[in-house]
Amino acid sequence: MRVGRRRVRAIFRKELREYRRTGSIVTAMVVFPLIFLIQPLVVTLTLPASTTDELSHQHLLLYMLAIPALVPAALAAYAVVGERQQGTLEPVLTTPIRREEFLLGKALAALVPSVGISYAVYAFFLACVELLARPAMAAALLRGPDILAQLVFTPLIAGWSIWLGIGISARSSDPRVAQQLGLLASLPSVAVTSLIAFNGIHATFGLALGLAATLLVLDILGWRITSATLDRERLISGYR
Amino acid sequence: MSDRGGVALSVRGLGRRFGDRDAFRDVSFEIGHGEVFGFLGPNGAGKTTMVRTLGTLLSPTSGSATVAGVPLTPENGVEIRRRISIMPESPGLYLRLSVAENLECFAGLYGAPDPAEGIDRALRAVNLADRADDVCGTLSKGLRQRVALARALLSDPEVLFLDEPTSGLDPAVARDVHELIAALGRRGVTIFLTTHRLEEAERLCDRVAILNTTLRTIGRPDELRERLFARTLTVTTLVPLADPGDVFAGLPAVDGWRHDDPATYLLAVSDPAVAAPAVTRALVEAGADVLSITRSHHSLEDVYLELIDRDQEGAGR
Repeated sequence: MRVGRRRVRAIFRKELREYRRTGSIVTAMVVFPLIFLIQPLVVTLTLPASTTDELSHQHLLLYMLAIPALVPAALAAYAVVGERQQGTLEPVLTTPIRREEFLLGKALAALVPSVGISYAVYAFFLACVELLARPAMAAALLRGPDILAQLVFTPLIAGWSIWLGIGISARSSDPRVAQQLGLLASLPSVAVTSLIAFNGIHATFGLALGLAATLLVLDILGWRITSATLDRERLISGYR
Repeated sequence: MSDRGGVALSVRGLGRRFGDRDAFRDVSFEIGHGEVFGFLGPNGAGKTTMVRTLGTLLSPTSGSATVAGVPLTPENGVEIRRRISIMPESPGLYLRLSVAENLECFAGLYGAPDPAEGIDRALRAVNLADRADDVCGTLSKGLRQRVALARALLSDPEVLFLDEPTSGLDPAVARDVHELIAALGRRGVTIFLTTHRLEEAERLCDRVAILNTTLRTIGRPDELRERLFARTLTVTTLVPLADPGDVFAGLPAVDGWRHDDPATYLLAVSDPAVAAPAVTRALVEAGADVLSITRSHHSLEDVYLELIDRDQEGAGR
């Protein structure tokens, strides 16, 4: 199947314009990152020096992978049901756009700001730790493999949350319900990253590679499966 | 079918079921290129489902069709949608975006080679060139409908489907939309117009079809009137004729007569153009004081109501 870049780009640009002008989406983009930034920042800057050794066995940075799990879930939840609700889905589906192109445009529009926000928050967190935390604390937290894991896993986790969110959105009739279910569905990935962050699951290179490969496969499958199950007839007529 | 050249839309025995309910069934018709075709019917008759089916949003459960020269099959959906445009009953605009941003999105979806030029042309066609930067949410219902029409024109479609384009509009705005549709018709765009506004269909359409789950009739509005109603002349005199039977008997193209009231006579005629002069001469020769001789006029609404009434009587039996 050939993907038409212009059609994907048309949906992508339209989505970004709508995000910017939708208060609830802007709020979600700000609130989630703040929650996952402020809490670890406060903890890091107030911990006594004696905890440094204990911290060196953990991967606290990974805790912030909750941001790319939750932010895109909130965006993707509107993807299809939002269009249905405002009556714009039918005009879009009467154009030559394919299901795969429509969903890819939607997914990229959720992915790009989510990854951008996540990276910006990490960068800010790292800068704060480097500048404000005790040197020993900074050394315990800022480790190359953890930062690399952040960079690699952020888009992979965001992708998975997006396909879950869009899949739910395509079957919902209420955007708020879709958003709540989308957030709920992204909790398992938050749980896994939190367990790794706090050493509940022992992090190894092999585990990281396995998880990354699994997420990559899930992301590609998510696109294919969500596209294949996007039922124009049901979305337009409400009848399967 | 219009003789402006070739078939733009051909439908053969088409049907669509939802569970055990037929939205429409066994519908056949053809529309010529450049024809403005009206698709009439009461609410729930299947008009919108027909548009969605021909627009590849729904698949038919029976029959076949060719849309803009492409057979209606699931594999041809993209190709058909490239050649047509649908303006749904609800404008379906992105209300947070401006008029130009809405059209820009759709120009991209249609793969328009020069989006800016296409948007400008579409906006000029609907007289909205000066509102391009307005946010759609701030526009009146009539203006939104115009934006939706501009959006439908972006792709320069071979067949344009307009689903109840004046639904919910006040008469002045509806008149504006009528003028836009008439202008498109004059430009040679094939238009498939669903409506239950009969004066709209009578004014705009070359031919009309009346659907009530099945296709009840199809033809030019004047053809339908003649097909459904006997042609009559109504003769009114100052005082009742002494012997109307003698006056009307044997006149060319007059098949019979009856009283409507004492000084009014309804004459069944086969050809009003032949009958009217003959009747006039006969009345003058009989010394009658003639007040009027008029040809009975049945509107498309009469045709529509007659057919729908027949359907209801049939269903009640």
